[in-house]
Amino acid sequence: MTRISGALRSPLTFSVLAGLVIGALFLLGTGADPVTAYRAVVTGALGADGIGSTLTTGTSVLGLALALAIPLRAGLINLGGDGQLVLGGITAAVTGLHSPLPAPLTVVLALLAGMAAGAGYAVLAALCENHFGVPLLVSSLLLSYPAVSLASYLARYPLKEPGSSLPQTRALPDGVALPAFGDSTVTLGLVLVVIAAAAYWFTDRRTAVGYEIRMTGLNPRFSAYAGVERRSLTLKLMALSGGLAGLVGAIGVLSFPYRFVDGSLTAPGYTWTGLTAALLAAAAPLGTVVAAFFFAVLQVGGLAMERTTEVPRELTQVLQAIVIVFLAARLRFPGRWFALTRRRRGSEAV
Amino acid sequence: MFLDSDLLMSALRALTPILLAALGGALCERAGVFNIGLEGMMLMGCFTSVATSWFTGSPWLGVLAAALAAAAYSLVLAVGAVTLRGDAVVLGIAMNLLAVGLTSFLLRTVFGVQGTFDDPSLAGLPLIGGFTPLAYLSWAAVAVAALLLSRHVWGLRLRGVGEAPDAAATLGVSPAKYQYGAILLSGVLCGLAGAQLALGNVTLFTENMTAGRGWIAVVAVMLGRAAPLGVLLAALLFGLAEAAGFRLQGLGLPQQATDAAPYVVTLGALFLTTARRRRRPRTTGAVQ
Repeated sequence: MTRISGALRSPLTFSVLAGLVIGALFLLGTGADPVTAYRAVVTGALGADGIGSTLTTGTSVLGLALALAIPLRAGLINLGGDGQLVLGGITAAVTGLHSPLPAPLTVVLALLAGMAAGAGYAVLAALCENHFGVPLLVSSLLLSYPAVSLASYLARYPLKEPGSSLPQTRALPDGVALPAFGDSTVTLGLVLVVIAAAAYWFTDRRTAVGYEIRMTGLNPRFSAYAGVERRSLTLKLMALSGGLAGLVGAIGVLSFPYRFVDGSLTAPGYTWTGLTAALLAAAAPLGTVVAAFFFAVLQVGGLAMERTTEVPRELTQVLQAIVIVFLAARLRFPGRWFALTRRRRGSEAV
Repeated sequence: MFLDSDLLMSALRALTPILLAALGGALCERAGVFNIGLEGMMLMGCFTSVATSWFTGSPWLGVLAAALAAAAYSLVLAVGAVTLRGDAVVLGIAMNLLAVGLTSFLLRTVFGVQGTFDDPSLAGLPLIGGFTPLAYLSWAAVAVAALLLSRHVWGLRLRGVGEAPDAAATLGVSPAKYQYGAILLSGVLCGLAGAQLALGNVTLFTENMTAGRGWIAVVAVMLGRAAPLGVLLAALLFGLAEAAGFRLQGLGLPQQATDAAPYVVTLGALFLTTARRRRRPRTTGAVQ
């Protein structure tokens, strides 16, 4: 019972509720009925027609949420998800098109190549912080733009599908694809991302490394004193982070439409939705999974809401950001967040 | 000739929005608030200026509305980071996201279009000697900010608040008041930056049209060590990169290469300057 009342009074619940209330005000402002609109979001995302789409979107959102949560656990913010994601995607596409191996091995190779590309690029941002003193936040973000431009250039010129008017590479050969579940667009990619989440949970909860990472996030000076080497930790965490982002890019290419289409990986805003989910959960493993699913529901349900109530789907993006604004205003730093707000809660009406 | 007065002119035009936003960022930095919400505040300015200019027919009202709207928006950071002592970095990121969503949402609900609002009857800012009045204002703002920070008592107290908030508080200077002032001013400047971008550099509104310029402004603050003249030089570097990119595009370089140029140049400049000075006072959103 105390756990339930505690959860209800937590800043997290407050932020989500505040977001939903403000979203409802927006809906009233546009002349829509909030109950109808929210119902459309939920039924559209979780109904029989939408669940496949939600799980497909959820694969990307969860993948990037994990990618950003892992460094965030140590207090590092990786804003370069977009760049790592598209480099993973384009590398997987090139590998898939040119690998001489049989199709199943090509799929594995493409996944690994995508992860390596993302990891290598993220490490570059870590090196910028470690050796040039450029804050990771800034270096990762700035590096993202040239990567997106490079992938866009490759898809439009050297790798462009001959004869097509679309900025996309050729389709991958037959069989070079992740197996899908039944007729849906949900692929084995979901399983891979869930395995990554489970590995993150295990590392965070059960291993010394996970403890070190958490301690670094809670108190960098203490953990440095205790012998945690910050630079190498930054490097490793960024490699993992970029590797996961690259994996999501590779999954995107190895699933429908089985090619790299310029903008298709970045346009849905997985990086930012993933970051929002990771922040909402304070980078905790299980929380990140739940938050990522919540935002995937919002994103897919937003489309359904747009169809039935004519409210623009951008409203769900507003909702996401409002939740984080409320959370950030009341909380301070990963891990430390909850302790601090608990102390102040007495004076606040929740 | 590649480097000529035309290039300089277009560099000066490209730098104006960055400069205005970066000056705001510099004031916040001096007051001890890390403001990475510049991008979002600019975007709010872009939309408000276009909407107001379209409905009233006056770009000047557009500029005024943009400044007011962005200042109002900056209150999110002020209340969140200064009063509630929240995490300024997370707040800034959330504000940038919120601005993208909010302006896209408003674009759909107010104008009923998706992507871009571009109407021939939308009034842009006039040019005087090749520049908008806001460009001249931005240069004047550099001088005013420089004098304010180095000579005026308000600027000295602002710096005191940023460097030693406890000492400032002991002397009867309220850190919160100065931080609110700096954040609100940065809101006004970002609003002007947005108006310049949407009614000066072009005359239209596109979703997410700031496209990382607010982040470049954040970097300009770092590069320029939060000093107005330093910020001006950093913004000039960015302006030159953007102008040179356009020029190279005319010479046949693909657009993707020139799109990336400003970010690469900015990052390169950061390497060269930050490597020489590793220790800087750290700023956070919270007053200790």
